[in-house]
Amino acid sequence: MAVRVEARPSAAVAPRRPPDRFRTFTTVVGSAAPAILVLIVLILLQQAMPAIQQFGFGFLTSTTWNPVAQDFGAFPAIFGTVATSLLALAIALPVGVAVAVVLAEPGHRTIRGVIGIGIELLAAIPSVVYGIWALYVLAPWSYAHIEVPVSDRLPFVGWLSGPSVRSLFAASLILAVMILPTLSAISRDVIKAVPRGMKENAVALGATWWETTWRVILPSARAGIFGATILALGRALGETIAVTMVIGNSYAIPRSIFNPAYTLASVIANEFGEATDRLHAASLVELGLVLIVVTLVVNIVALLLVHSVSREARLVA
Amino acid sequence: MNRNRRRNFISRGWLLVMYALTVLALIPLGLVLWFTAARGLPPALNVDFFTNVARPVGVPGAGVEHAIVGTLMMVGIASLMAIPLGVLGGVYLAEYGIARWAGWVRLASDVLVGTPSIAIGLFVYAFAVAPLHHYSGFAGSIALAILMLPIVIRTTEGAVGLIPNGLRESGLALGLSRWRVSLQLVLPAAAPGVITGALLSVARASGETAPLLFTSLGNTFFSLDPTHPVQALPLTVYQYALTPYKSLQNQGWGAALVLVVIVLGINLISRWVLRRQIALAGQL
Repeated sequence: MAVRVEARPSAAVAPRRPPDRFRTFTTVVGSAAPAILVLIVLILLQQAMPAIQQFGFGFLTSTTWNPVAQDFGAFPAIFGTVATSLLALAIALPVGVAVAVVLAEPGHRTIRGVIGIGIELLAAIPSVVYGIWALYVLAPWSYAHIEVPVSDRLPFVGWLSGPSVRSLFAASLILAVMILPTLSAISRDVIKAVPRGMKENAVALGATWWETTWRVILPSARAGIFGATILALGRALGETIAVTMVIGNSYAIPRSIFNPAYTLASVIANEFGEATDRLHAASLVELGLVLIVVTLVVNIVALLLVHSVSREARLVA
Repeated sequence: MNRNRRRNFISRGWLLVMYALTVLALIPLGLVLWFTAARGLPPALNVDFFTNVARPVGVPGAGVEHAIVGTLMMVGIASLMAIPLGVLGGVYLAEYGIARWAGWVRLASDVLVGTPSIAIGLFVYAFAVAPLHHYSGFAGSIALAILMLPIVIRTTEGAVGLIPNGLRESGLALGLSRWRVSLQLVLPAAAPGVITGALLSVARASGETAPLLFTSLGNTFFSLDPTHPVQALPLTVYQYALTPYKSLQNQGWGAALVLVVIVLGINLISRWVLRRQIALAGQL
């Protein structure tokens, strides 16, 4: 049979597709998100310039914070931010993964539904409500029932000494509660993305529920759970209000996790409103700049990890 | 045989541990809700609390009306800015999502969701407060809008993406232009999901304190003027909780209760709307 090859229609004959103005319009509107992100970094950089010029890289390592002497350094705040966030992750990670494992299991739909709603409500409670609860309930409780007994029984351990109601530990506890929903919701999605076949194979080989979970499911979801952990770390680094209310606001490197400390976000929250002096305000903005650059990097790494995992999972399944 | 029994026993044990940890995770939720209700109800069970404004310590009949009004006003203005922009941005990601630029928009939105809200406060201070030399409710609204925008974008993308291509194709086959197909055909079909996203962003903005500290600042009197400092419920909770006065602390708990009721209420409503979306998408 002869194949009739049609001549390619010439440009003059073919109907010209009109330019998609709607596409242009929505592209411009959608670009607001990246534009705002870039603007935030640029404006903070510009506002922090006086401090950057004055202190250079020494700002990041100096431990002084003295508005009277006009001498500012970020190290205690950076230390406090990293320490509270890592401690909070250490507390929240086992619990978060356990919740994710329970939520990702098939069956028991009602129980799971209730747990899922509970975790989502945990994420919805405003940070200031966690703050007032931590200030009046959680911090006094952890002081009386965790900090004092532990430091009494282990008096020779320096980093567990000197209990105080408002402390790095209290801040980490409330942070752990606040990042738990992020951790468990994303881990659940990642665990669910593990191909069913892998689990069925393990069960067919005679593995028990725990052996399947621990040796098959969790290892294959490892990268995604790691991504969820980093994402939760990003949330913890930037959390302001609840931490400010219980950390004790002491601008020094704490000798013990039970001592008061400070975080980048808390220093800004407490001092920026009263920073009339130009260099003081610029130094506070530079703290904000450090915070936002760190969270940007952490978030991008985490998102790439989570995305790569779920895309792979989709290819396999 | 004995070994298998031991393996099953271990498995059961770990299952129990996992459930125990899950219960442990939900304990803080229960405690937060319980304490907020127990300490917030006595001050909040009083009409004065909703119809009066702040009064000096010791003067009875103080209320948080100014904070409730301020929150409604600022979140309202922020919604007017963030929701239309966010919906259009979400439509862009859902309809033209394979473009390379769309990947960047998506990444930027996700990163913006995780950006520390205190940094957004500093940013808005720099361009909406410092040049004008005074704090204002508008500045607070801009900060809240920046927080809401990425949430609306991503939830709209999710909802519009659920709509099957058949609907778009039938619209195009009838000769409708792209914008009509997107805005008059696909978007209404995705409306419940879009509304869910908008509601969630409103809930998130209602509860934020940090971006308002240096933008709307707060006040102690009734005001409907967004060009001047405006009080908000989260600011009230924060300021009162840190005072040494018992009566103010109690009012702080009362404001926290009002805030929790608003935020959780919006969340439950949005959950109900979302269920309708899933049912609707199933029909299409």
